[in-house]
Amino acid sequence: MKIIGYIIQKEFKQIFRNKAMLPIIFIVPLIQLIILSNAVTFEVKNIKFSYIDHDKTSFSRELINKFEASTYFDVITEYPSEKIASTAMLKGDVGVILEIPLYFERDLLKKKKIDLSVIINAIDGAAAGVENVYINQIVQSFNKNAQVDLMQPSVPIIIGMKNLPKSITSIPSFWYNKTLNYKTFMVPGILVLLVTMITLFLSGMNIVREKEIGTLEQMNVTPIKKHQFIIGKLFPFLVIGMLLLTVGLIIARLLFNIPMVGSLGLMYLYTSIYILVILGMGLFISNYTDTQQQAMFIAWFFAVIFILMSGLFTPIESMPEWAQFLTEFNPIKYFVEVMRMVMLKGSTFIDILPQFTKTLIYAFIMNGLAVWSYKKTA
Amino acid sequence: MKRFIGFIKKEFYHIFRDRRSLFILFGMPIAQIMLFGFAITNEINNVDIAILDKSKDVNTQKIINKISSSKYFSVKQIIENEAEIEAIFKKGNVKAVLVFEKDFSKKLTVENNADVQIITDATDPNTANTISNFVSSILQKYQQEINKDIPIAYQIVPETRMIYNQELKSVFMFVPGVMTIILMLVSAMMTSISITREKEMGTMEILLVSPLKPFQVIIGKVFPYIFLSIINAIVIVLLSIFIFKMPVQGSFFLLGFESILFIVNALSLGILISTISETQQTAMMISLMGLMLPVILLSGFIFPISSMHFILQIISNIIPAKWFIIILKGIMLKGIGITLLWKETLILAAMTLFFIVLSIKKYKIRLE
Repeated sequence: MKIIGYIIQKEFKQIFRNKAMLPIIFIVPLIQLIILSNAVTFEVKNIKFSYIDHDKTSFSRELINKFEASTYFDVITEYPSEKIASTAMLKGDVGVILEIPLYFERDLLKKKKIDLSVIINAIDGAAAGVENVYINQIVQSFNKNAQVDLMQPSVPIIIGMKNLPKSITSIPSFWYNKTLNYKTFMVPGILVLLVTMITLFLSGMNIVREKEIGTLEQMNVTPIKKHQFIIGKLFPFLVIGMLLLTVGLIIARLLFNIPMVGSLGLMYLYTSIYILVILGMGLFISNYTDTQQQAMFIAWFFAVIFILMSGLFTPIESMPEWAQFLTEFNPIKYFVEVMRMVMLKGSTFIDILPQFTKTLIYAFIMNGLAVWSYKKTA
Repeated sequence: MKRFIGFIKKEFYHIFRDRRSLFILFGMPIAQIMLFGFAITNEINNVDIAILDKSKDVNTQKIINKISSSKYFSVKQIIENEAEIEAIFKKGNVKAVLVFEKDFSKKLTVENNADVQIITDATDPNTANTISNFVSSILQKYQQEINKDIPIAYQIVPETRMIYNQELKSVFMFVPGVMTIILMLVSAMMTSISITREKEMGTMEILLVSPLKPFQVIIGKVFPYIFLSIINAIVIVLLSIFIFKMPVQGSFFLLGFESILFIVNALSLGILISTISETQQTAMMISLMGLMLPVILLSGFIFPISSMHFILQIISNIIPAKWFIIILKGIMLKGIGITLLWKETLILAAMTLFFIVLSIKKYKIRLE
C-alpha cells in the first residue's frame, strides 16, 4: 500500500510539473465544452432563401410574406432570373430557390392546381429533407388560406356535414426537453467525449513514455510488483477524469442550465467504472507500442471510430444492423447513453443496469488484458 | 543538394520502418470513409416507437399499418396505459409513443376531427422533431386518402428538385469532411510530432550543427508527409468515386491543386505547433485537442455552420478546414471552377503564408 502511495505521488508530481500540459488537461477541455456545445447542432435554421417572382401580384407577394414570417428562413433575396439565382446557388450564397411562375394567380383560379418549382441545395441530404418539410408546411398553410380567400364567394354556404373534409390533428408533445434545446442533448455528450479523450490519451502515452525515455527499465529492476505499478499509474488519471467530470457538470448546470434529474451518486459510480475501461485500454495500447507517436496514433484511431459509432452525434438506430451490432462493443456508446439517461430523464440504477453490467465486464476484461500484457522484462 | 536528398531518404526510412503507424496512416482514411459511407448517417431511419391505442378500430389500425410499413419507424411495443410511457422512456427502449384517443373513428365521422398525440423523448431534440414531422405527414396522407371523394378547390403543389445530391446520400456530405480531417491529421499532427521528437531526443542539435541549413532540415522533415498526404488524398477520392459513386463534376487538376494547397497549409500549421512545443506529448495534445475537435465541429463537416451561434460563425472563418470543405464540395458536387472559388483559394493561401512567416519567426536555430 505504501509503495502504491509513493508511485501515485510521483505520477502526480510529474503531471503537475509539466507546465505545458496542465492547461491542456484542465483548461482546454472546459473551454471546448463551452464553445463546442454551442457549435454542435443539427437544427436547420437560418436557411438562406431566395425567390424569383415572375407573377408579381399581391397574391404571389402574400406567399413570399409567409416565408418571410417563418423563423426558419433567413436572408430573403429576390433574383430577377433563374440564371442569376443558380449562379448564387453555385457560389453558395443561397440554399433554396423558389420560383413563382407567371400568371400564378390567374392559372390557379383557372386550373385549380398549380406547381411551384423549388430548388434545394441537397449536399447536406438530411438538412435538405428538413428544409423540404418546412417549405411544404408553409405552402400547405398558404393553401388553406387561399381556399378561404379565393373560394368563399363562389361556394354555397350550406353544405352537408358529410361533405366536409375530415381531419386528423396531430398534437406533438416533447418530453424531457420541451423547448427542443439542442444543448441539453449535446452538453452531456461533449462531456463524455472530453473525459474519454483526456484519460485515453494520457494513459496511452504514459507507460510508453517511460519506455521511450528509458526509465521503465529502472522501474522494472525495483521490487515494485506488477499490480502495484499499474494501480499507481492508473489512479492519478482516474482522479483527473473524475475532476474533469465534476467541473464539467458544474459548467453544464450553471452555464447551460442543464437539469440533473437523476442521482449524482449513480453518475459518479458509473463514470468511475467507465474510466477504468478507458484506462485499461490506454495501458494495453501503451504495452504494445514502442514510441509515444505510435501509441498516440493507435489511441486516436480507436477513439475516432468509437466516437463516431457512439450515437453521440448521429443516431445509432439509423445505422444498418451489422453496424448496430458492432456498437455493442463500444464503451463510449454506453457512457453517452447513461449520461443522457441519468442527467436528463432521471433513469435509476435498474434502468441503466444493462449498460452498467456491460461496462463492468468490459472493465475487468480490459484491465485483465493490460495487466497480463505488461511484462516486467525489457 | 545531394546531402539534402540523403536527409529526405533518412526521413522516409524512419517512417517506413514504423509499420504500425504506417498501417494506421493508410488504414485510417479507408476505415473512416467506409464507416461514413456504410454505417454513419444523420438521416433518421428505423426509429423504435410504441403505440397506445385506446380505441382499436379500423382507422387506427390502418394508420398503425401505414406507420409500421414506413422505413422511418418500427413499432416495437404496444402499451395499454399512459403510466407505462414514463417507464419505457426511462429505459430508453423507444423514442416516441403515439396515443390514439378513445372513440377515434366515431369522432372522425361525427365531429370530423380526431386527435393523435405524438409524445417524443426529446432528449434528442433533432430526432424528436423529425419523428414528429414524419408522423404528421403520414397522418396528412391518410387524411387525404379518406377525403378522396371530397373535391378540394385549389391546390398549390411545391415541386421540389434536390440538386447536387438527388438521392440525399449523406456520404456526399461526409467525404469532403473525412478527406479534410485525414489531411489535417497526417500533415499537421505527424509533422509537429516528428520535429519535436528530434528536439526531445536531442538529435535536433546534431541536425543544427550539420552543414544542412535550418530550412533544409524543416523541408526535409516535411517532405515525406507531403508525399503520404497526397497518396491519402488520392486513395480517398478513388474510394469515394468507385464505391460511393461520388461524382467529380469539376476539374481533377483543380482538385489536385487545391488539395496540395491545403496540405501545405496543414504542414505549416504543424511546423508552427512544433516551434511552440518542447515535448512530443505537448505537440500531440495541441494537435489533437486544439485542432481535431474544432476541425470536426466548426468546419461544417457534420454540423451546418449556418445554424450556429453568430459568434461561432465568425470563429469558423479562421479554420482553414472550413474553406477547404467549401472548395471540395464546390469542385466535386457542384462542378464549379476557380472563377467561383478564387475567394476561398485566396484565403487558404493567405493563411498558409501567415503560418509560414510566423513559424520562421518563432523557429529557434540556437539551443537554450
